[in-house]
Amino acid sequence: MSPVWYRVHRVRRETHDVVTLELTPPEGAPPCSPEPGQFNMLYVFGTGEVPISISSLPSDRGELVHTVRGVGAVTNKLIALQRGDVVGVRGPFGRPWPVGELRGRDVVVVTGGIGLAPLRPVLQHLLAHRKTFGHVSLLYGARTPYDLLYRNELLAWRDSREIDVEWTVDRSSGVWNGNVGVVTRLISRATFDPERVTAFVCGPEIMIKYAIEALRNRGMATSNCYVSMERNMKCAVGFCGHCQYGPTFMCKDGPVFRFDHIEPLFQIREL
Amino acid sequence: MTPTRVLIDRSGLDALIATLAAQGYRVLGPTLGRDAIVLGDVAGTDDLPVGWTDEQEAGHYRLRRRDDAALFGYVLGPHSFKRFLYPPRQRLWSVSRGSGPDLEVRAEPHDDRPLAFLGVRPCEIAAMRIQERVLTGGEFPDPSYADRYGRAFVVAVQCTEPGGTCFCASMRTGPRAGTDCDLALTELLGPDRHDLLVEVRTPRGEQIVAGLPAREATDADVATANEALARAEASMGRSLDTEGIVELLERNIESPAWGKVADRCLACANCTSVCPTCFCTTVEDTTDLTGQHAERWRRWDSCFNRDFSFIAGSLIRHSTRSRYRQWMTHKLSAWHRQFGTSGCVGCGRCITWCPVGIDITHEVDSIRNHERSASTFHTVGGRYR
Repeated sequence: MSPVWYRVHRVRRETHDVVTLELTPPEGAPPCSPEPGQFNMLYVFGTGEVPISISSLPSDRGELVHTVRGVGAVTNKLIALQRGDVVGVRGPFGRPWPVGELRGRDVVVVTGGIGLAPLRPVLQHLLAHRKTFGHVSLLYGARTPYDLLYRNELLAWRDSREIDVEWTVDRSSGVWNGNVGVVTRLISRATFDPERVTAFVCGPEIMIKYAIEALRNRGMATSNCYVSMERNMKCAVGFCGHCQYGPTFMCKDGPVFRFDHIEPLFQIREL
Repeated sequence: MTPTRVLIDRSGLDALIATLAAQGYRVLGPTLGRDAIVLGDVAGTDDLPVGWTDEQEAGHYRLRRRDDAALFGYVLGPHSFKRFLYPPRQRLWSVSRGSGPDLEVRAEPHDDRPLAFLGVRPCEIAAMRIQERVLTGGEFPDPSYADRYGRAFVVAVQCTEPGGTCFCASMRTGPRAGTDCDLALTELLGPDRHDLLVEVRTPRGEQIVAGLPAREATDADVATANEALARAEASMGRSLDTEGIVELLERNIESPAWGKVADRCLACANCTSVCPTCFCTTVEDTTDLTGQHAERWRRWDSCFNRDFSFIAGSLIRHSTRSRYRQWMTHKLSAWHRQFGTSGCVGCGRCITWCPVGIDITHEVDSIRNHERSASTFHTVGGRYR
């Protein structure tokens, strides 16, 4: 499966190592209409290819939005791209967040760091059909105040009073008067009915572990918790073997799992 | 009408090879390499390791002269036919910056010549079917595998002399060949005879056999072959107890047995490179010196390699224990959940080619024994660990 060449239309710098790329499809390209939680493989000419979650609902013109943190060779090239540069795109792949099952329910979204990116389309969806859902909370943790993503949007979401938005940082700096501490601490005081809430959780595995524990302490069933996991996805089409997680392939059975389905695997180190 | 069973001699096999070549096939089969039987181009029976056999044990492989002129008097070398259907290195596509702003992707063309595989052991046929299911049975089938396997002509050789590390009978993949081949041969070798019984399994096979110098096979010939196969089935070098193996390995994911095998395992990846079903690959993206031309290559990878589980700056599977566990639980347990079949065909290569002689059949026993002794310990009131 070879890539389709998208052009960088806009680069938005989120933090010192995170950018959001808006990509325009070539003329006549088959439409890419990803669902929230799916990912694309992004290829930088000659450097390599990485899985990056899609961080916006699809637009009418087929534009794609990807928020990327520079960590390795390919992602550092991605965050250095300029308007007009070309990116190879394969996708979308993977199982999405089950937004269709949220009707009439409370929703709590728990994210850490770049984990907010694959949940941004979920939040867009919830806001677009706000009356269809019960209480909605976004709980978001970043390393420092300078690492907060989508800052203007966070403020706008909070000020709209349509959803509860709470954020926290691991380490404070300068003139920060917000929360300090891990994001999972916000769960104990979030507003939701444990009997009719669905949780979407995305972040480092250690954060997922404590988030699930905190949600359980609030009386939630893990069958209502969904998590987005991460492994080394190379081919994205289910046969390079790198992203295996027990009997599952992250790229086709995940990255979004109902937590109780993978709970036995989650307990095992180095799986 | 051509009978479905005929006898040919060595010249008949030469005619078979020549016919396949004349029909445009690239004929590949066992050849004598340096100190091992390896797969290569076969133009006639002179290219086969005639009169040779292979002595195999855990971590041990030696070629020996036989005292006859058997054409297929050996079992499996380190190569499997996987290397032709799913090559160790394969270019997937290439791309160049043109004079304009656009990048041109060139997909790799399919091979022109179809492949004919000669001397395919039944376990190897099972492995091809397993790989077919893995690589072409999903939402995104691999076009090159589908093309190569779809056109390949398969001449099986049923096993009358199993090797020291063979356990196909346990995995129900041999020593008899099923219907997933075009022709199935059985070498009938005695003091006063040297024939090959040819059983036709497909119309394509029938058409090839029709032109060969052949004699009709008698019921006695068929009975002789069946006796030899029954003897082979009863004399496997190894056996693997597959009873409840999927759940056994799932229950024992934290067994102390993993630590014990990891003390010996070198994580060298020999087992995965000789395995006929291992399908893990990585991709390499490269450019030439001008920076104008980039290529994507796919090459075999192994779950024993350090970088295999690398994400975002760190490894998931640091320890050899976790890598051996990944390999074996995948092969014998998770594979069933993923593809509805075992990932092991009982060819024994991973045992033979392991430099320290780790034996997958013994490791399964070891896990069973640990579980058994742990539960005994519990029932007598002890506490485990």
